[in-house]
Amino acid sequence: MAKISIHEWFTRKKREESSNEPKTARLDIPENLWVKCPKCSAAIYAKELEANLKVCTKCSYHFRLSARERINIIVDEGTFEEADSDLKSTDFLDFTDSIPYQKRIEDAIIKSSLNDAIVSGKGKIFGTQATLGIMDFSFMGGSMGSVVGEKVTRQVERSIEAKIPAVICTTSGGARMQEGIMSLMQMAKTSAALQRLREQGIPYVVILTDPTTGGTTASFAMLGDVHIAEPGALIGFAGPRVIEQNIRQKLPPGFQRSEFLLAHGMVDIVCERKNLKDTLANVLKFFVE
Amino acid sequence: MAEKNNLNLLEFEKPLLGLFKKVDELKKVSDIDMSEEIKMLNKRIETLRREIFAKLSPIQIVKVARHIKRPTTLDYIGLMFTDFVELHGDRNFSDDAAMVGGMAKLDGRSVMVIGHQKGHTTKELLARNFGMANPEGYRKALRLMRIANRFNKPIITLVDTPGAYPGITAEERGQAEAIAKNLREMAALNVPFITVITGEGGSGGALGIAMGNKVVMLEYSVYSVISPEGCASILFRDAGRAPEAATKSRMIAKDLLEFGVIDEIIKEPIGGAHNNYELAAQNIKAAILKHLDDLSKLSPRELIADRYHKYRKMGIFTEG
Repeated sequence: MAKISIHEWFTRKKREESSNEPKTARLDIPENLWVKCPKCSAAIYAKELEANLKVCTKCSYHFRLSARERINIIVDEGTFEEADSDLKSTDFLDFTDSIPYQKRIEDAIIKSSLNDAIVSGKGKIFGTQATLGIMDFSFMGGSMGSVVGEKVTRQVERSIEAKIPAVICTTSGGARMQEGIMSLMQMAKTSAALQRLREQGIPYVVILTDPTTGGTTASFAMLGDVHIAEPGALIGFAGPRVIEQNIRQKLPPGFQRSEFLLAHGMVDIVCERKNLKDTLANVLKFFVE
Repeated sequence: MAEKNNLNLLEFEKPLLGLFKKVDELKKVSDIDMSEEIKMLNKRIETLRREIFAKLSPIQIVKVARHIKRPTTLDYIGLMFTDFVELHGDRNFSDDAAMVGGMAKLDGRSVMVIGHQKGHTTKELLARNFGMANPEGYRKALRLMRIANRFNKPIITLVDTPGAYPGITAEERGQAEAIAKNLREMAALNVPFITVITGEGGSGGALGIAMGNKVVMLEYSVYSVISPEGCASILFRDAGRAPEAATKSRMIAKDLLEFGVIDEIIKEPIGGAHNNYELAAQNIKAAILKHLDDLSKLSPRELIADRYHKYRKMGIFTEG
């Protein structure tokens, strides 16, 4: 670790705290110099990890990405135009668990530098225009409430209007319980919008990343013309703990991982992150050319 | 437990137990005519029951919705429809006993009726997987909906499930995909589609057949994104706080009507649907017929648009 003065440490700390850049919360090593891989426990030099698109250089574990990081990886530089960024969740049920939902929202906004669990807009993927919806797990576990449902629906409607493909990258623990039944209704809303997209003959590609479960999987995440998954991503309807409790037995290794879904016919392609943009671009080109 | 007696009284109905016992005793008296006394006691039971049910808490309503004697989909089908021909299988993997459906007549009108199936005994519940459908159940439901769609028959769905089955094989066969596809395809149906929440409306497993143009709900049924127990164990880290979760997540009919998620609350007989199957069925049937008349005035295109707008407007958020 490089030596720095106390004063420098504090200013750096302050800068970090006030920074609007998404924090790499998973990298919990001081100064973010070295990162421990959660899978193989190898210590990786942070810059090296960054250069390797946050894929472990030892075991190929795919670290979770923030929405901004994901956009940098798959969208042509300077082409992303964000939409609906001012939509915010609201505590309409007056729902308090350990802390009030309103406070959770505010904390998540600070933590993720996002207004909710999805960033949407449009951009180019090696020249091909598409609408984009990129989820972010750091905002309340990527849970789908009214804002996520509305932004996905608007994105799909914009795809219909502009006649360009829709691409959604998922990472989500499922429906947002703090919004009760309204979160469930987002499954109906987004799926209905995707039906319209389908009728218009506009392609829809889903990129499934770790983890994608619950109501998100059981709606827009499983309705793509093409499903691309990152290696090792947990993808399922019921979470593994729920299933384990229900059937009272250990789950087989690799259960609900991308490769398992590929074997069972639920995804088309398991694609390493370094090839993701190429693969996505090729798939989109098939549709639009 | 009060449930041990044959009356199947719920915990909060305990005050009725003494009265029921008295009625039983009086019935055993053979030498004197006790019919007047019995009549009076029954009246008191009715009054007390009405009072108890007038102020049920959300968790108590959950208990009524899950009552072992609560009429099931097949009970209602028998009471509301005629000429029922059950159809089986998803033409792909198997026939899911937790989801039933078929052709039927409702006041002479041909309809497709589909619903989750529970049971009244442990044996029945096991055979029906407690009303928790597997992917093939959702695929069967979709197959029947598509038949109805092609032959221009209205669709009636009856919802009563704790949720879609969370199991290894359900995941292998694409539980999420099956539900997601149903949601998308239900949006495209060009026939009148009415959903009745009759008991437990358990999350995606309920919604998977519940995207009607009209969604109506029995007075003591519930509809939620997660069970109160699940909500309590995840958010409060204590499944014992289910009563609180039931209240906070607003899952009873009157809340859902307020949110615009449902269109009507159907009255139940005193003490819940299980106390009078015929009356419960009659009330549901009347509501279905009324909505069916209204929806029958819409063209196929209007029916699709009506459904789209119904779900399109759902969501509460701020902008700007």
